[in-house]
Amino acid sequence: MKLSIPEKEILGHGHLACQGCGAALAMRYALKAFGTNTALSVPACCWSVIDGPFPHSSVNVPLFHTAFETAASAASGIKAGFEVQGRDVTVVAWAGDGGTYDIGIQALSGAAERNDDLIYVCYDNEAYMNTGVQRSGSTPYLSWTTTTPVKHPKDRPKKDIISIMAAHRIPYLATASVAFPEDMIAKFKKAKEIKGTRFLLVFSPCPPGWRTNPINTVKLARLAVETRVFPLIEVENGRNWKLTKKVRKEKPVVEYLKLQGRFKHLTEDNVAEIQENVNREWEILMDKVGKDE
Amino acid sequence: MKKVMIGNYALSYGAKLSRAQVIGAYPITPQTEVVELLSEMCASGELDAKFIKVESEHSAMAACIGASATGARTFTATSSQGLALMHEVLHWAVGARTPVVMGNINRALGPPWTIWTEQTDSLAQRDTGWMQVYAQNNQEVIDSVIQAYKVAEAVQLPAMVVLAAFVLSHTSETVDIPEQEKVDEFLPSYDPEYKIDPDNPHAFGGLTGPDGYFELRYQIQKAMEDALAKWEEIGREFGDLFGRHYGLVETYKVEDARELIISSATLASTARGVVDELREKGKKVGLLRIRVFRPFPAETVRSLLSAVDKAIVVDRNISFGASGIFYQEVKATMYNEKNKPPIFGVIAGLGGRDVTVKDIMNIYEDVMKQDEPKSDIIWKGVKI
Amino acid sequence: MPEKTEKQIVYERVKDMPPLAVSLYTMDYNKTGSWRNIRPVINYDKCISCMICWKYCPDVAIYLEKFEKDGKEKYKPIIDYEYCKGCGICWTECPVEGAIYTEEEAG
Repeated sequence: MKLSIPEKEILGHGHLACQGCGAALAMRYALKAFGTNTALSVPACCWSVIDGPFPHSSVNVPLFHTAFETAASAASGIKAGFEVQGRDVTVVAWAGDGGTYDIGIQALSGAAERNDDLIYVCYDNEAYMNTGVQRSGSTPYLSWTTTTPVKHPKDRPKKDIISIMAAHRIPYLATASVAFPEDMIAKFKKAKEIKGTRFLLVFSPCPPGWRTNPINTVKLARLAVETRVFPLIEVENGRNWKLTKKVRKEKPVVEYLKLQGRFKHLTEDNVAEIQENVNREWEILMDKVGKDE
Repeated sequence: MKKVMIGNYALSYGAKLSRAQVIGAYPITPQTEVVELLSEMCASGELDAKFIKVESEHSAMAACIGASATGARTFTATSSQGLALMHEVLHWAVGARTPVVMGNINRALGPPWTIWTEQTDSLAQRDTGWMQVYAQNNQEVIDSVIQAYKVAEAVQLPAMVVLAAFVLSHTSETVDIPEQEKVDEFLPSYDPEYKIDPDNPHAFGGLTGPDGYFELRYQIQKAMEDALAKWEEIGREFGDLFGRHYGLVETYKVEDARELIISSATLASTARGVVDELREKGKKVGLLRIRVFRPFPAETVRSLLSAVDKAIVVDRNISFGASGIFYQEVKATMYNEKNKPPIFGVIAGLGGRDVTVKDIMNIYEDVMKQDEPKSDIIWKGVKI
Repeated sequence: MPEKTEKQIVYERVKDMPPLAVSLYTMDYNKTGSWRNIRPVINYDKCISCMICWKYCPDVAIYLEKFEKDGKEKYKPIIDYEYCKGCGICWTECPVEGAIYTEEEAG
């Protein structure tokens, strides 16, 4: 049987990710797609710790740790540094949702507006996990986090980072899920060959943060797509939206929610409301897909 | 080649001659001419560099650090609010041991909004580990940028060349532009031992516990201490090549001085006029201009102050709740010396209020009537 | 390439250290197998070499061994118990009933 993803391992073992970490899986796939001629710019996030303590590292590519807000700006600098020295290196900003949706959004927006030649990957575990599960702009509606406790869960929807990035008219952006590595690696390889700012959002379940069993990480990453909570799409130049995985017989969102402790407090009305929101967002997406805006 | 130029352009020319390769900068009054001229130089090809038009000063410094970590020579410039915004990342440049060179136009901090000169912005960064050079004229600005690269790359610490808002940044002076070939001879290309390089992958700045962090900080302090000798050595080397010698400090008529006026940058230029006038009246006064403030030239300051009876430090800055900053540091460095003259600390010119020869003359005359300072701050020129 | 070490490096003296916080070694020293409570075990009689377990391991703790069967080149997944954290993803994702089963980790 032929392997459906590249065989060579670039990420090493012994790294410090929790059992069942979606972010670790995302890095494993990303490195298979990008190859070793890659430099990572990593702001404060889980991967600041997962890679390992000084003087050790598990990724086997250069990894530049940088301040929280600066994933994109440091990456812009790294890319420029290579360019002026005549070197062609794949420069990747690798950040969590905190460093992307919130504190890092200015630098990301700046880099995207300039169309700086870098790949920005956000592994999205939907809260500030490294600091202990506080809410982020990416935390979904009604989710528990330590700063949105059960008595007052998150009362705002997940920030629509895809529309924000599409509005920057960057050449390529895509969403991916660790349950679909073939799709993810294909998108990452495609992104690698494009010049300009490329934004990749990877759905990365977090067992301790979501209060889920580590055994379910891939299952949840699959259910998110199958319930239409996290559509797999590509957008080119901010205008050409494509659905890369059709979900015709979508599963009810409760299948996804019921496996997660962070949604344990939901009432039936809450679940119904979430289902309505998912349905509405899907309709809005279908309007964009296959149609130039 | 001599050219009349404002201080801001002297910074741009300094970066150009040093062959800066990546510039990440954000405009702020009164620095804008620096980045405008650099943009033109990059666009015309006169400077072979990539100019990242970042969206804030915080990103400017982050971009410079990233580029420097790949082995590229980097430059940026800012002032006041922009420098304050960069603060977090200034620390990062030091810990990452990236020899970024930056021009800072000393401008007072708001609120209230102000654009006029004061040194508090750069001095408030004195704990970060950045080397700091205070220039007194535009010639020194261009010369110091070139020297800063050499020292910074030798000790692997970033450096800022500091000049006064408007008094230098927008004042035209004659500048002898060093020849490119000579600068190339003086400043070879940057080639760090450890850099971001897929052929030799490393992680940079990984998590370090109490069992390792202390030593990394010790290394930075050691680098700062090495820099003391480097500034002198490289200042001499520069002088041999270009005819203008520089050091950690500049002394003027100190050989037989009984009193010392201690200041920096353009205030020191003004004080030099005062020293001349006083000397004509038979007063044995000398001037100590502190040029390199970080690393602090402790030994030099101590040996000069030990030889006099009185010292006056003129600060165009303030550390609220304490005193003027040059004053604080000069006083502290003298504490363990056997010969400790009384040191008077004057704060003048905050927010760009003019400090004239007459003002400094009055300061001198007032201080000479006192044996010991009554307080840590003598306010000069504020409308109390 | 970064060197492997037996143990985590904690420098004795400043002079042994690089001039900045640069990582020169891998994480191989860190045997994350000690994290396990549950150990996944592959039953090679049932395993169809679909490689889904290898595909979904976040910890690079399953490696491939090539072998030939009926003139075809096939892969055999081998769990590296030095590093397997016991997350159970391989067990959950395995499509064949009983091809991976779990055991309590001893001690």
